[in-house]
Amino acid sequence: MITRVVKPALYVAAALPLAWLCFALFTGLVMGDQVKFMQHVTGDTVLSCLMLTLAVTPLRRLTGWNEIIRVRRLIGLTAFWYACLHLTTYVVFDQSFSLSEILTDIRKHPWVLVGFTAFLCLVPLAITSTNGWIRRLGGKRWQRLHRLVYVAAVAGVLHYLWLVKKDIHYPLLYGVVLFVLLSVRIWWAAERARSRRVPVNVKAEPKPAA
Amino acid sequence: MLIKRPPDIAASEITDEALYWNRREFLKAAGIGVAAAGFLPPVDRFVRRDDKLTPYEDITGYNNYYEFGTDKGDPKANSTKFRTRSWKVEVAGEVKRPAVYDLDELLKPSTPVERVYRLRCVEAWSMVIPWLGIPLREIIDRLEPTSNAKYVEFTTLLDPQQMPGQRGRILEWPYVEALRMDEARHPLTILVTGLYGKPLPNQNGAPLRLIVPWKYGFKGGKSIVKIRFTERQPMTTWNIAAPNEYGFYANVNPEVDHPRWSQARERRVGEFFKRKTLMFNGYADQVASLYTGLDLRKNF
Repeated sequence: MITRVVKPALYVAAALPLAWLCFALFTGLVMGDQVKFMQHVTGDTVLSCLMLTLAVTPLRRLTGWNEIIRVRRLIGLTAFWYACLHLTTYVVFDQSFSLSEILTDIRKHPWVLVGFTAFLCLVPLAITSTNGWIRRLGGKRWQRLHRLVYVAAVAGVLHYLWLVKKDIHYPLLYGVVLFVLLSVRIWWAAERARSRRVPVNVKAEPKPAA
Repeated sequence: MLIKRPPDIAASEITDEALYWNRREFLKAAGIGVAAAGFLPPVDRFVRRDDKLTPYEDITGYNNYYEFGTDKGDPKANSTKFRTRSWKVEVAGEVKRPAVYDLDELLKPSTPVERVYRLRCVEAWSMVIPWLGIPLREIIDRLEPTSNAKYVEFTTLLDPQQMPGQRGRILEWPYVEALRMDEARHPLTILVTGLYGKPLPNQNGAPLRLIVPWKYGFKGGKSIVKIRFTERQPMTTWNIAAPNEYGFYANVNPEVDHPRWSQARERRVGEFFKRKTLMFNGYADQVASLYTGLDLRKNF
């Protein structure tokens, strides 16, 4: 089911934002600032994909559908791909490749700083997304490294929140979704910690891994 | 009918600026413009050679007009039923004869002018727009403000029934903007009623909109229903919403950044790379003298 239906569907879905972007630009559907349009489409896609990757484990626990974990890498790499596109439009069209301008922007404007932070967090995650790297790092170290996705997601939401002029309802929406997804994990982690707490002179029963 | 309109221009012609300008030049050269003085208003290009006219679709499809929604396409989509007929403008405050005027009554004695201005949004994008309107100075002089009048305040319509954005509190409604008297009477300041030779579309602030080309676009209130002359500096909507980000003067100034983004460059709609923002939006020669001695960083 995963390999034959879900993954191909996700590959198609991953291409849709870019296809829409190109279509809208080339058919003159886009009014006004076309670069902003590109940045909105790619930016929304990064955030949406990050939220989806964070939803995988909760969904897996709630539905018991373990196989779902196999789509997470694809969604995560989609996020990274669109983050690269997003960054490219900024470097090329906003800053005309000027490194000094970019550094000034980072220094002066917090929303640029957190944007770069989010991107930098995603880079090692993309690099170590392969099976080879999971083996090289070992499951535990790989998992710890990939907690950077939490930083990336928070930084991404702040980036959006801090750049809009007045209407914060879109960034706030992402913020609420992120809050729910993180709260669920925190709650489960607290549950695990509670269940491991045992009196000093009683041997704990080995619990199966969550 | 307020505006003496030139023969209807087909939509296809409007988007091709070369056609638009060639047609006007041809008519002028053929002596038709002269014969029809007052029929085709004189055109003044207050822009440079590399300032190409922004296409009609962009000017009328990419708008900040939060009364109709905050997405750039919302004003066009949501203002189709907006009623602009029998428009009334109240003139109040420090003025000889406070009264409520019909829009035609207010504007009729003046000859419309057509001016091509750059419009620079505070969000760092810009357009080049051929406005049709009346110099504000003519209207002010006709209204005879008293010697106490130091400022002119412009209020936009308040009608949540027609303007869905006003049902929320994203800004305090109605939208209010204001100018110092010398800014209001400056030759560049105009009250516009049309663009590209056609009546102003609803999403652009029909039927009456203020344009002050050396200031950020938000200074130009739309759909004006009240002009009030005041002694003290009025509170303006964006300044109320975010006083550290939007000031009273709002002069285009590449050296004074918005707290959250640079104002040194702007994206001209239709272009991909940014271009340098000019001091006072390129109108420094005409307006810099209004601000000698004023600290432009403090009075942003």
